[in-house]
Amino acid sequence: MMLDAPLAPEAESNQRPARDPQPRLAIVDGDVHPAVRSLADLKPYLPARWWEVLTTYGSRRRQGMTYEPYPKSAPLASRRDAWPEEGGRPGSSLNLMRRQFLDAYGIAFGILGPLGITGHNELNLDLAGALASAVNDWQREVFTRPEPRLRSGLVVPFDDGPAAVKEIERCAPDPAFAQVFMLTRTCEPAGNRRYWPIYEAAERHGLPVAMHVFGASGHPYTGAGWPSYYVEEGAGHSTSCQTVVTSLVSEGVFERFPKLKVVLVEGGFAWLAPLSWRLDKVFERMRSEVPHLKRKPSEYIRQHIWATTQPIEEPADPKHLFDMMEWIGWDRLLFASDYPHWDFDDPLRAFPAGMPRERSRQILTANAKAVYRLPG
Amino acid sequence: MSQDWAGAIDCDFHPRMPTARALRAYMDERWRHITEVRGINAWESIAYPPNAPLTMRPDWRESGADADPVKAAQATLDRFGFAHAICNCLFPVQTFRDENLAAVFARALNDWLAAEWLAKDARLRGSVVLPMQSAERAVEEIERRADDPRFVQVLMLVFGEQPLGKSVYWPVYAAAERHGFTVGIHAGSSYHHAVTGSGWPSYYLEDYAAQALGFHTQAGSFVAEGVFTKFPKLKVVLIESGVTWLPPYLWRLSKFWRGVRIEVPWVDRPPEEVVREHVRLTTQPFDGPPGAAHIGRILDQLGSDEMLLFATDFPHWQYDGEEMLPAGLSPDLRRKILIDNPLATYPRLSLRRPT
Repeated sequence: MMLDAPLAPEAESNQRPARDPQPRLAIVDGDVHPAVRSLADLKPYLPARWWEVLTTYGSRRRQGMTYEPYPKSAPLASRRDAWPEEGGRPGSSLNLMRRQFLDAYGIAFGILGPLGITGHNELNLDLAGALASAVNDWQREVFTRPEPRLRSGLVVPFDDGPAAVKEIERCAPDPAFAQVFMLTRTCEPAGNRRYWPIYEAAERHGLPVAMHVFGASGHPYTGAGWPSYYVEEGAGHSTSCQTVVTSLVSEGVFERFPKLKVVLVEGGFAWLAPLSWRLDKVFERMRSEVPHLKRKPSEYIRQHIWATTQPIEEPADPKHLFDMMEWIGWDRLLFASDYPHWDFDDPLRAFPAGMPRERSRQILTANAKAVYRLPG
Repeated sequence: MSQDWAGAIDCDFHPRMPTARALRAYMDERWRHITEVRGINAWESIAYPPNAPLTMRPDWRESGADADPVKAAQATLDRFGFAHAICNCLFPVQTFRDENLAAVFARALNDWLAAEWLAKDARLRGSVVLPMQSAERAVEEIERRADDPRFVQVLMLVFGEQPLGKSVYWPVYAAAERHGFTVGIHAGSSYHHAVTGSGWPSYYLEDYAAQALGFHTQAGSFVAEGVFTKFPKLKVVLIESGVTWLPPYLWRLSKFWRGVRIEVPWVDRPPEEVVREHVRLTTQPFDGPPGAAHIGRILDQLGSDEMLLFATDFPHWQYDGEEMLPAGLSPDLRRKILIDNPLATYPRLSLRRPT
């Protein structure tokens, strides 16, 4: 699948564009994952006390194991060609990221979202705060300072509101931070008031709040218990995105924070139209329960919610996808590649044939300007 | 604008539930005693608060239309000439932690349905409420009802202990398939887990909206666990599930399957195809945009005209007046939804009652 010319540099078959292309489009990528070579990369940024706790007792999150419970199709869920020659994990080599990704595709801005041991869902909240700060400082030193095309995701220990706000205050003055970065599986639904201080601070600093799929909430990943397979977890990420949107809307977060922008990351997007219809219908019946809502759920969604495109849905008939994009709003979609992960969406090939060129441009580049804090 | 509803089969119809105390009349001496001594007089779920607007349409609330088979028939079957209505009991058997209590109440509830409703109107059909806390007890209940052709379906809730495709439940599907029962999964929760993967939402509105997420889970679970490979004749009906969420979910499920099929090698074709063949959905609540403008494009996404089954969801307030189906359906599709698809989905509807 490829875009209508001339968005793509010469049409290639399976060859990745290795030579110096003339980027015709300033692509903004809403989901790029930087990684540590090993945990020791964080040591310089972590107070000695917390390095000791981390290495003595380990990272303890709301799941009974040290890594994600569902093994993926590839080691560290990464593209097999994304392992740096010099060692370390995919996403840890700025050189490789430049060569294989930023330069190759003409990426104008890559918005970072650090995953793994970042303080997210960490049970010891003091450790959570220390880790989040360390990850934010590490992003700046290793990625955004040497490479201005990369912009940081401001990691917050979201289960601890006051600490999260403190971290936002500490980092937000640095323009290299483009978004506040959370996970969809919070330990209470994301609209609950324990998270409001985070939204208040994000709104005040003009930062969108990105909710990236995954996380360990302490609850089974579904309301019907734990599924067996990654195929279920992976497909089911759209359900945790729906929980986020439903809760933010129902709790009146967008009434309270009218300039708040929320981006759902890596959950696809086609689910958003049916969810809007369903919520409007339920709201019509039960509006007496939520008098703090002044408008229909779909109107809040249309104004405050964006979704990144990866992993893009692939119905057999692309028209079905275009219908969904139209119903959601072409302006609500942001391109994301998920580099360097295994289900990477190639910006030159992600959208199906027949996608109107101006729509591709909008999603690849223009929409991002309304959302992220970017220079220019 | 009056439409022809004659011969339609209502695949989701709710009699008003008895209290736990009233179900004692359908228990043996020992359990009557135990439930009385323990004071189990009321056992109510938070799933359908009796006074919530959704729970009962205002005119039906006014007339008490769900209170007995005569009134219920006046509001639906008599008025529109439906051929059948399938009664789905929402007494919350699934919420018991004790599988013995669950089995006793399930049995009493099914006996109650047979005596108080199915025996009173020959058009009514029933679903066998299963105590899914134990596959063994659920199978016992299926065997108990197998010879009664008025029971056409076995019924579970969308949010239980574990995703329903897991092999721990396969004896239930083996028994259902053996006796020609359709497997119905209805909105509602055991509340043994929070309804979302991020915990308990604040509002009933969110709880009800979240039911659709459970149906995502179950569609994925039946496919990924290979239930339909093992039980090729099985049909699963998602009841009160909504409809429009399904295609986007199947696009995701099929895409992930293409990427990670190494972990589920028994799924030997795209999940979309499996679901189209084995999974059905009832039409209320229909969660499309208002009006008829997009209905064709939305239904086209399903990729099949055999998946939708007519349902009123009586007496829940899903629609006003006679707007029982979304506007804009072709006459052919309408007929399939009202009659042909239900008949094809419920083989036991065609069983004759022994005289």
